[in-house]
Amino acid sequence: MSTVEPLLQVEDLQVGFKTQDGFVPAVRGVSFDVYPGETIAIVGESGSGKSTTAHAIINLLPGSGKIAGGSVRFEGRDLTKLKRNEMEDVRGKLIGLVPQDPMNSLNPVHRIGFQVEETIRANGLATSKRAVRKRAVEVLKEAGLSDADTRLRQFPHEFSGGMRQRVLIGVGLSSHPKLLIADEPTSALDVTVQKTILDHLESLTAERNTAVIFITHDLGLAAERAENIVVMNRGRIVESGPALEILRNPQHPYTKRLVSAAPSLASTRLGSRSATVGLASSATPAGTPVPPVIEFQDVTKVFKIRTGGPRSIPFTAVDKISFQVPKGSTMALVGESGSGKSTAAKLLLKLEEKTSGKIFVDGVDQDSLDRGKLLEMRRKMQVVFQDPYGSLDPLHNIGNTVAEPLNVHKIGDAASRKKRVLEVLDQVALPTSVVSRYPNELSGGQRQRVAIARALALKPEIVVLDEAVSALDVLVQAQVLELLANLQDELGLTYLFITHDLAVVRMIGDYVSVMQKGAIVEQATVSEVFDSPKQEYTRRLLDAIPGADVDLSA
Amino acid sequence: MFWYIIRRLLQGIPVFLGSTFLIFSMVFLVPGNPVLRMFGDRTPSPEQIAALEAKFHLDQPFLVRYFIYLGDVFQGNLGTTYAGQSVNEILARTFPTTLRLALLAVLIQLIVGVLAGLISGLRKGGIFDHAALIVTLLLISIPVFVLAFVAQWFFGIQLGWFRPTVGSGAPWSDLILPAIVLAALNMAYVVRLTRASVIETSQNDFVRMAYGKGLSRRRVIPVHILRNSMIPVTTNLAADFGILIVGATVTEGIFNVPGVGNELFKAINRHDTPEIVSIVTILVIVYVFVNLLIDLLYGVLDPRIRYVK
Repeated sequence: MSTVEPLLQVEDLQVGFKTQDGFVPAVRGVSFDVYPGETIAIVGESGSGKSTTAHAIINLLPGSGKIAGGSVRFEGRDLTKLKRNEMEDVRGKLIGLVPQDPMNSLNPVHRIGFQVEETIRANGLATSKRAVRKRAVEVLKEAGLSDADTRLRQFPHEFSGGMRQRVLIGVGLSSHPKLLIADEPTSALDVTVQKTILDHLESLTAERNTAVIFITHDLGLAAERAENIVVMNRGRIVESGPALEILRNPQHPYTKRLVSAAPSLASTRLGSRSATVGLASSATPAGTPVPPVIEFQDVTKVFKIRTGGPRSIPFTAVDKISFQVPKGSTMALVGESGSGKSTAAKLLLKLEEKTSGKIFVDGVDQDSLDRGKLLEMRRKMQVVFQDPYGSLDPLHNIGNTVAEPLNVHKIGDAASRKKRVLEVLDQVALPTSVVSRYPNELSGGQRQRVAIARALALKPEIVVLDEAVSALDVLVQAQVLELLANLQDELGLTYLFITHDLAVVRMIGDYVSVMQKGAIVEQATVSEVFDSPKQEYTRRLLDAIPGADVDLSA
Repeated sequence: MFWYIIRRLLQGIPVFLGSTFLIFSMVFLVPGNPVLRMFGDRTPSPEQIAALEAKFHLDQPFLVRYFIYLGDVFQGNLGTTYAGQSVNEILARTFPTTLRLALLAVLIQLIVGVLAGLISGLRKGGIFDHAALIVTLLLISIPVFVLAFVAQWFFGIQLGWFRPTVGSGAPWSDLILPAIVLAALNMAYVVRLTRASVIETSQNDFVRMAYGKGLSRRRVIPVHILRNSMIPVTTNLAADFGILIVGATVTEGIFNVPGVGNELFKAINRHDTPEIVSIVTILVIVYVFVNLLIDLLYGVLDPRIRYVK
């Protein structure tokens, strides 16, 4: 490698954003090299400056962003000094881009074919109408989309997220660029889709000796896909070097924390009595069965999908699922999006009415409840949603938000409610000063703690966690998971944990139900599922955990 | 798509029945015998009254009269005014003029409004943006008749660029000034809507991706930014077109445009009830139909909702 010139040399790059408070630096003196055909990963949490660095390379910073210093040399040319039209020639042709969010990166009003063809034309890969069309079909075929001819005539909304990302990868690689910037290319996709997409991307870039800059927040993924890793924190590079070396022997304290927090690399259940729960339920003498807190018996939910005509077609979202959750344990419902796991949770909470089957909570048939009893039952069941930004009302301060369930259920007087609010905020390790603050003044992790505090305010027995940690950065995710495990220990909570991420299940789950197309395909304890998965589908989910086969010992 | 149109047309039926019934009852139930009003100062003989009442079905109960009227409408006969003119003929004469005026007004909004909005949105916070903000605020706050008189006096009389009022036959050149006045208010909204829409669209990931895949700014702005921003703007323009073709009473009156609005204004002054009901009925039908077209247009502009029913 030493004799080869680097393809890209980033030197002392400084990027900042103009805001009301003046110029705020986002990237502070970042330097790294990328050699031809090499894959490097830039790893960091949101706000670390990793995406800003990537966008600065191809000068795609948003309007208020500016490169304040340093240089970006690509094949000897300093990209930061290029004129606009010169940069337009570099983008697409020499440096390709695969964007972060496939759902929003294709223009919804134009056909797929139109958007592929305009790329081909802009980069001068073909000029005549027929040649452009022919090349577009090739691009989609290379990207792994079968029946490309018909696909070209479709609109983005007729594509799944994985298919869209295939199109975008095809577009990014269509002019055989020397460097590809992949900005969190799969973080919006299901795990199994993630794996196939990344495998495909890897084979395409390896074939053509394309260098890749991989932006990701997932250390496991970075280690699996890249030769070298650059770890960023607060706009600076804290550590860089060969991937395995960094994972096995992190030097910087921040990297150490990242490595230990990565769910894909961790392997143990958090909390103290995790081991005993599995034993307790199986070791109960046969004569005195402990009734489960939650029990589903052949529960089915059928939605009617309107076709536009006078008829509607039935869609079975949840198909005869049965499971039991013993008190104080965690049942994880795992599956890809559309597998029916969230619908199952909604049925438990009675946010949706089931079509058939029975649901028991504390041994009580949920169908037998009248309105008054239902409200009482709702006290026992609380929910924490995925998006801490959407689930807190921005117009209410934290104190009122947490107190709201107490008001709704008319529990205690004003003084005791206030006391209870402070109590639960303390339980979720938030300072009491947040009471008077508003959601927009808190970070994502803090907001999710508020959502958990709100769920705990009524002293529930059951907490439904619907992708409750999926939107959080790894370090925050680890903290919240630990908090949840501790709360379970202290308060004897029963969790129904909905997630698409098997890696997280290992840290919090006791039992797993793997769902596919509405049905439960495998049901076992966490260790059984991880050690000896019975179903092909479960195995695929496990294989898809990035970094699962990275060997940390060495 | 097919079922959607069918459903929307079916939805139009109760709207049509409800609105005609309301107008019919409001106008026909006002006190006073229209036959006596027709004769003015003279007193008609009982035979004359009976004959005319029979002719206009005034001797029938209210509901029967309503159904007779509906029956006539369904046969394409909108009745006659008290002066004996066929309402069909009046509409055939006035409607094309109003249609041309509305078309011109919408065209002005489309060209001037969208262009100004686009420049404002792309250069948010610049001089042009600030100027546009002030001008549009002005246009929104000035009452339309003030604007009409000022335009008539300044461009028509002082500068002499246009004829102050519309001449016979309403040639296109005479319609430009009233069209500008008619366009002014909604154009201000179009500028602001386009601006906001352009700013929002520009922040989308697909715009960054468009640049990222190597497209030039000259292509990204029209194809990816303006095209998407036009979705709300087009529906706004279409809705405004719907409002304009049912007649702009004030502006048409000031510029003496021989259009529907002017005719309706005169009919109301004359208390010509059959004419009022018939014109308003037609306007309701046109309006319902234009709204259906707007919703269909929306589906054409945005493929995502094409199949949503």
